[in-house]
Amino acid sequence: MTDQVPAAENLSPTDEALSVLQNQFPNAVRRDDRDGYSGIVVDPARLVEVATYARDSLGYDYLSSATAVDYLGKGDHLEMVYHAYRTTGGAALVIKAQTDREAATLPSLTPVWPGANFQEREAYDLMGIRFEGHPNLKRILLWEGFHGHPLRKDWKEPYYEQEQKPFDSRWPNGRVVRSEEHNPYGKNVQYPDDFDLDGYTSPAEAAVYEEMNLGVDIRSDLATERMVVSLGPQHPSTHGVFRMVAQINGETIQQLEPVMGYLHRNHEQIGERNTFLQNMPFTDRLDYFCSLSNNLGYAIAVEQLMSLGARYQPPTYRAEVLRVLMAELTRIVNHMVAIGFLLNDLGAFFTPMMYAMIERELILDFFEAVTGSRMMCNYMRFGGTAMDLPERIRGEANLVNDRVRDFNTMEFLRELILERLPRAVDQINEYLTTSEIVTNRCIGVGVLPRADAIALSTAGPVLRASGVAYDVRRAEPYSIYPELEFDVVVRDHGDIYDRYLVRIEEMIESLKILRQILPKLEETQGQPFFAGRGGIYSPRVPAGESYGRVENPKGELGFYIVSDGGQNPWRYHVRAPSFINLTALERMSKGYKIADAVGILGSIDIVLGEVDR
Amino acid sequence: MYGLGIWRGLRVTLKHFVNTYIEDVKWGFRRHIPAEAFPARQGLDARGVFTVEYPDEKLAVPERFRFIPFLVVENYDHPERPGHDWCTSCGICAKVCPPQCIWIVRGEDPETGRPVPEPEEFYIDIDICMNCGLCAEFCPFDAIKMDHDYELASYDRTTAHIFDKARLSKEFRYWQAIAPTRAAEEAEARGGWEHKDVLKAKAKAAKASE
Repeated sequence: MTDQVPAAENLSPTDEALSVLQNQFPNAVRRDDRDGYSGIVVDPARLVEVATYARDSLGYDYLSSATAVDYLGKGDHLEMVYHAYRTTGGAALVIKAQTDREAATLPSLTPVWPGANFQEREAYDLMGIRFEGHPNLKRILLWEGFHGHPLRKDWKEPYYEQEQKPFDSRWPNGRVVRSEEHNPYGKNVQYPDDFDLDGYTSPAEAAVYEEMNLGVDIRSDLATERMVVSLGPQHPSTHGVFRMVAQINGETIQQLEPVMGYLHRNHEQIGERNTFLQNMPFTDRLDYFCSLSNNLGYAIAVEQLMSLGARYQPPTYRAEVLRVLMAELTRIVNHMVAIGFLLNDLGAFFTPMMYAMIERELILDFFEAVTGSRMMCNYMRFGGTAMDLPERIRGEANLVNDRVRDFNTMEFLRELILERLPRAVDQINEYLTTSEIVTNRCIGVGVLPRADAIALSTAGPVLRASGVAYDVRRAEPYSIYPELEFDVVVRDHGDIYDRYLVRIEEMIESLKILRQILPKLEETQGQPFFAGRGGIYSPRVPAGESYGRVENPKGELGFYIVSDGGQNPWRYHVRAPSFINLTALERMSKGYKIADAVGILGSIDIVLGEVDR
Repeated sequence: MYGLGIWRGLRVTLKHFVNTYIEDVKWGFRRHIPAEAFPARQGLDARGVFTVEYPDEKLAVPERFRFIPFLVVENYDHPERPGHDWCTSCGICAKVCPPQCIWIVRGEDPETGRPVPEPEEFYIDIDICMNCGLCAEFCPFDAIKMDHDYELASYDRTTAHIFDKARLSKEFRYWQAIAPTRAAEEAEARGGWEHKDVLKAKAKAAKASE
């Protein structure tokens, strides 16, 4: 539909869309002209109208991220930031709406982009913005008895010490003290004013049941065909502590609500206390299977901001090669694990899982030798990587009974990429793809139609299995992906089986990329892996905003960062793919059997470290 | 034919099963005993069973492996300054530490009250440490390093898990033993095997005597 728009010359598609919006809504829309900012600020009263127009007439059909920023002391307002994209590719249309901190009300965009559902609930929960017209506005990560909105700048955590790290108490007079000693457990909790702890009967629970309109007293025996089944939080199929409350009729799911937050640790607020560099190891702990791609996403977001400043040096070529090598190996690790766990969920208890783990082990050995850790890699830096490849993958016997291995790194890598991994992918293919048990359980189950996949903001294999060829590596390329040859894997049916196949084929594509990376690694051997001077632990990050996104194995991972020019990010938001993919869980599960819900969840491939943050 | 896929899959399982025994026979049923069998069992050519039988055998961790940091001190048989801290209590590690688990009391001369380049006290709360290795990465004196000893479990976290300076200090020799390549690289960058300040003092003395 974009061809309806009068084409202006020498304008990027985003600028063009912005000027169209300004012409269309002259009084409601103004450019965001703060230094380092982009996009438009929309009058809240006409937000829905503008968003609808952007979606229908300008083609911004995919809402990537929706998050709130608290500008306390910088205008004293709350700002909701939406990043919308076209599924045909290109840069973001950034829409903002501001509201007063006290009243804090905005119209909900869930009717326009249903993918905003969970993200608005998150903004309500953590930032305290009420969304009018939201179908199910209640807390999502925290419980009802939680006092306050933790991402507001005036909120203090129980072990609060100081606004920003580094804390003054650590040096030069660092007398050690455990924080729980001067803030003991049980005395560090506050409740909302009207909260009655003694009479507390989990309103979240009641709300879930009430919403289902059961009309049944859940405390009595369930003498009805319809009933509510609570799967989790402690359940082997939930990949952690995650809960699905399903209303079933017989065995068929009629309604399903994900309940999450059991692993919530306010990652974003921790991130705002941290300096920019200190956040790097914390990103490892989001999606702990893919720490290296998380690192990459965060590094890209901060580098975008740094590039606004004067003496910015982009990452060296060697660094980019190393980054892509790590990101693609991570993709294989993740898809191996995802397929293994999917088969676990389907009932093939741990044999496929273990076969997938063998190759993952070898890749993790490589990660450990290069970065120092198997899973918590903390490898990327702003401007490159922390270290180059070591010459040999070798340990020194140190503990009793230590056994030593010694491999040449490049030979190890070459054999891994050219021999071992392709063989492993083939083996999984032979083992599972045509197995009648797998096909019977997976084909035609958990179908997510194309339109819903886009509307619900799903990303990664879930989106591509529904027939949308959207891959950030191609849609908005970063690093050296433009010069690499690979295909975006797409499947059309949107069922569990297609998501499984997309993952298998993505591993094959990753191997294709890795085969192109190998000669580049040899060419760039010895070149600097870090741009600029090393040893700077507090780089200058100019004021502004940035949204850095990468194609993580689980989907689009985005970091929205606002800097005020200080040492610490003013706002640090993670667009977590597993979290937003869960928005589509109900749509996928409705009408299928309760036993299939387990497999459907497995096919989304979530990691609770990232969902709950 | 229906069911063929399952049989094809079962063939993979059977292959894994048989491979384990083929390897066993190849090594004369001593696959877990000689040291040279280990790289074959854990390497890229490995077939069949892939496990390491912890704690009877352990995987020697690579040089870059990161676990709770330790403080480098001069070798205890060093001719001039045995057991002297390499740390100058500049505080960079405490500032860069993401979970803020490092506490340092800067050393002071008891008479003049001026700072001396040696920490009076140095604590790391190992319950809080996230093993990210930033302290070691940004230490300008190569004085704090990540350890390889990961067997630190204890029965009492409240008393045993705050490491003080005595518990953290390890000889420079130990660092050379666990990470020979990196120790050599760092020595080359410093310009000698000694501590940066010692090298500087030596260069100064050499210049003065000229």
